[in-house]
Amino acid sequence: MSRQTSRLDAKKVNSELLTLTYGALVSQMLKEIDNPEDVNKQLERIGYNMGVRLIEDFLARTPSTRCLEMRETADKIQQAFRLYLNMQPVVTSWSSAGDEFSLVWDQCPLSEWVEMPNNGLKYCALIPGAIRGALQMVQLDVQCWFVQDLLKGDPITELRVKYIKRLEDAVPAGED
Amino acid sequence: MADDIVFELLHSEIINYSLEQNKSSNGKEVDLSVVEYIGFAAGYKIMERLTREWPRFKDELDTMKFICTDFWTCIYKKQIDNLRTNHQGVYVLQDNAFRFLINFSSGQQYLEYAPRYVAYTCGLIRGGLANLCINSIVTAEVQTMPSCKFHIHVQRS
Repeated sequence: MSRQTSRLDAKKVNSELLTLTYGALVSQMLKEIDNPEDVNKQLERIGYNMGVRLIEDFLARTPSTRCLEMRETADKIQQAFRLYLNMQPVVTSWSSAGDEFSLVWDQCPLSEWVEMPNNGLKYCALIPGAIRGALQMVQLDVQCWFVQDLLKGDPITELRVKYIKRLEDAVPAGED
Repeated sequence: MADDIVFELLHSEIINYSLEQNKSSNGKEVDLSVVEYIGFAAGYKIMERLTREWPRFKDELDTMKFICTDFWTCIYKKQIDNLRTNHQGVYVLQDNAFRFLINFSSGQQYLEYAPRYVAYTCGLIRGGLANLCINSIVTAEVQTMPSCKFHIHVQRS
């Protein structure tokens, strides 16, 4: 086999590197932080910070207009999953009021090669954080939490997203 | 697919996280060992996957060339611009437009923050080499922004 034919698949390498880097971060956090609950919070916050910036990229990349209802928002979130994580969650289980839905998936690049300790860690807490952060930047306040998790032995991962309120533009705290 | 940006954001957040972690433990000293270690762990594992179906490297220099070309192109979107060696275990890899520095102003303004943005990559190289049974110390040097030199000192026992 010559070198030329066995060139690396950059896409695959990058997605694997992302997975492995995230894994290294989570395991490092578990070493440094005693309480897994705090690790979840940190991961959520990291996700939030990423989401806040990711939305800019998303709006630049996709022809998005303002969403008038949650169903449109759900579609956009689904699109973002496809774009950034190369995965396709299913939007399902709408509440009757149409303000709450689930994203369901059975494989996620982030949770590949993961063996979970049994300590209440939410390995993928980055994702709900990112959704919350991104939506906050487009004036939507949502709540996001895992209902089921593949890594904890459930058949699928189910992430529930609940609309809380529309955020009004406000002057940042500490400024007049 | 646009996962490049996700990786870049995660990279910045890792730096953020580690700076915050050691802000609480000690004072001013900026400790980047955690960032480096995360790079090491990721590098070690990714190298195992990359080289699985790769022809065996002839020697150390051949391994370095692999890092400079294929490995670097995949992750940093370009080849290393210059590879130097003294043939005694010191390699200097120069990247004139390093991916994690390219978004900074090229003036002096942010030069003091540059070490934060190269620490992960130092670890990544060290980890990758460690997986190929080359123990090394990797340091980085940034003199003008977005250019960066990685010094690899191979440790022979």
